[in-house]
Amino acid sequence: MPQTQQSAANRGVHTGDGRQRSGEGPLRQFIQEHVPSLTPQNGHQAHRQNVADGERVVSVAAGAILAGLGLARRDLTGLAIAGVGGALAYRGATGHCPMYQSLGVDTATGEQHRRSAESRGVQVTESYYIRKSPEELYSFWRNFENLPQFMEHLESVHNEGDRRSHWVATAPAIYGGQVEWDAEITADEPNRRIAWRALPDSDIQHSGEVRFQPGPGDRGTNVTVNLQYHPPAGQVGRWLAKLFGEEPETQIREDVRRFKRLMETGEIPSIKGQPRGTCLGHGTRS
Amino acid sequence: MKALIWCAPYKVKVEDVPEPKIINKRDAIIRVTSTCICGSDLHLVDGFIPFMKPGDILGHEPMGIVEEVGPDVDKSKVNVGDRVVVPFHISCGECFFCQRQMYSCCDNTNTKPYIGETLLGQATAGILGYSHLTGGYAGGQAQFLRVPLADFNCQKMPQEFEDEKLVFLSDIYPTGYMAIQHCNPQPDDTVAIWGCGPVGQFAIRSAFLLGAAQVVAIDDEQKVPERMQMARDAGAITIDMHDEYVYDRLLDLTGGLGPDICVDAVGMEAHGYTMLETIYDKVKTNLFMETERPHAVRQALMCCRKGGTVSIAGVYGGLSDKIPMGALMNKALTIKTGQTHVHRYVPELLETIRQGRIDPSFVVTHRMPLSEAPHAYNIFREKSDGCIKVVLDPAA
Repeated sequence: MPQTQQSAANRGVHTGDGRQRSGEGPLRQFIQEHVPSLTPQNGHQAHRQNVADGERVVSVAAGAILAGLGLARRDLTGLAIAGVGGALAYRGATGHCPMYQSLGVDTATGEQHRRSAESRGVQVTESYYIRKSPEELYSFWRNFENLPQFMEHLESVHNEGDRRSHWVATAPAIYGGQVEWDAEITADEPNRRIAWRALPDSDIQHSGEVRFQPGPGDRGTNVTVNLQYHPPAGQVGRWLAKLFGEEPETQIREDVRRFKRLMETGEIPSIKGQPRGTCLGHGTRS
Repeated sequence: MKALIWCAPYKVKVEDVPEPKIINKRDAIIRVTSTCICGSDLHLVDGFIPFMKPGDILGHEPMGIVEEVGPDVDKSKVNVGDRVVVPFHISCGECFFCQRQMYSCCDNTNTKPYIGETLLGQATAGILGYSHLTGGYAGGQAQFLRVPLADFNCQKMPQEFEDEKLVFLSDIYPTGYMAIQHCNPQPDDTVAIWGCGPVGQFAIRSAFLLGAAQVVAIDDEQKVPERMQMARDAGAITIDMHDEYVYDRLLDLTGGLGPDICVDAVGMEAHGYTMLETIYDKVKTNLFMETERPHAVRQALMCCRKGGTVSIAGVYGGLSDKIPMGALMNKALTIKTGQTHVHRYVPELLETIRQGRIDPSFVVTHRMPLSEAPHAYNIFREKSDGCIKVVLDPAA
């Protein structure tokens, strides 16, 4: 558990991997070797790769097709289409999209995060203002049996004494459908902070911390949740790496958001079980 | 029950689906008595907001009778048998935004906020029948509707008015009204409104209700003469964008200043004013390089007087090109926009109806059974048969 305070702005996945993705990837290598004029200088921040490799291949292919179709038309619209095709191909070849850059989009870095998250486990920090007092939020969270109400992958938590609890989480059927562990509270500062961790001999190495700090004005309480799932151990570890490796940030962010919604409105919005059509003449439920 | 569902771009159908049931404890089930087709439904049906799934039930302008309430609904606010209008967006009343009366920005009702966060930075409130970008809620073009957080979202209505006078409180009346009201109109102001569709019509009447000196409405006299006539009936001066130079007429009407308030009541599927602009946007939208055709807002920015306000009421969903930022910045313009905060306006607008200052049913041109909704969508899109606003009867 890092003791440094994570700021609200510093959300996200910390993989501990500072590696810059400057030159690896077979496509990039191919381009560097064969089309050096299209390859920007490595490390040049303004032209850093911001398009994922898979997307680059699609971009080059789609661009080439568009350019060909456009030129075949031999009219003004065709010229425009060909221009667009050329731009797409260029962006695929260089891996740098100026539009992505101006929008702050970066599909290449997400790929990098994902890859290293799979091998290293994850640490996620999420923060929300919740319009309830630290006292209300603390006392709800302090009873760990409440956590499955908003943590989607938790099936149940049972308190066993004041500081011990038994956790059950869902897992895919091939891993037995469930994973269980015992956890203990490692820090408990009423209305301010709770920290816990799985016992050292558990199948899963997990620790968490939640802090409650009064927010500015009427914005409620700043709730910061920090969760860590440590390097995988055995099959359960592989499952966790897959589960959290895909979108660990989104996963946990949604859990904390559900906590906010449950606290503010008394419920979590849902459309499960509402009617929908099938376009086949009979309806169903979602 | 019968419901209008989306199947593919330009394809909707009426299908038998299960009746909704209480999912959360503050839900209510409404028996829908009147439900309307909104211009923004066309954006969904036509595929301009690409977050629809086949089978989604459309519709966000419903009213009806409460049939059932969940155990946690505050029954002093809404109960079985109440006659209610349901705003198009679902709000919680508790979050940062609801506390500031920005109900359509509610933080707690969109079931899939990560889509909005990817596309828009932050997600909007949940909206009934308005794609998975806004939560994927089943809509109100159906015989029954589930309303989440019912004690906050169901707006109780008096018995003495027929549905057609009240149902537009769900969306287009507050939308037209907010488009003017949040620009803070002054008694000597000229308000110019692009688009004489239903929202434009309510914006015209709201501008007069709010005391504007002059209202100018812009649309195409050849394509939609009935809408132009409806605007003139309300007291607006009309400009035919097909035959007249909009900029020149607006400056003539305002002593060379330009309109103080310019309202875009068209949105993302505008039809162009010049050939070049039209071709540009057609090519780009067809290649998905741009998701909308923002002609109206471009012209509004160019025409607005220095220091004036451009109000965007028409719906946009993604990326627009060639927005005249130079005009926006150098003319010191203010932009006011947003999905309508319906709950904020319902009490005062209900009062205008009570006082007889407006009869919102003026806009209705077609009344049809729900089973004929696909035909209704067609005539509304094509603006054929003089269609301005359709009210559907789910019981017929």
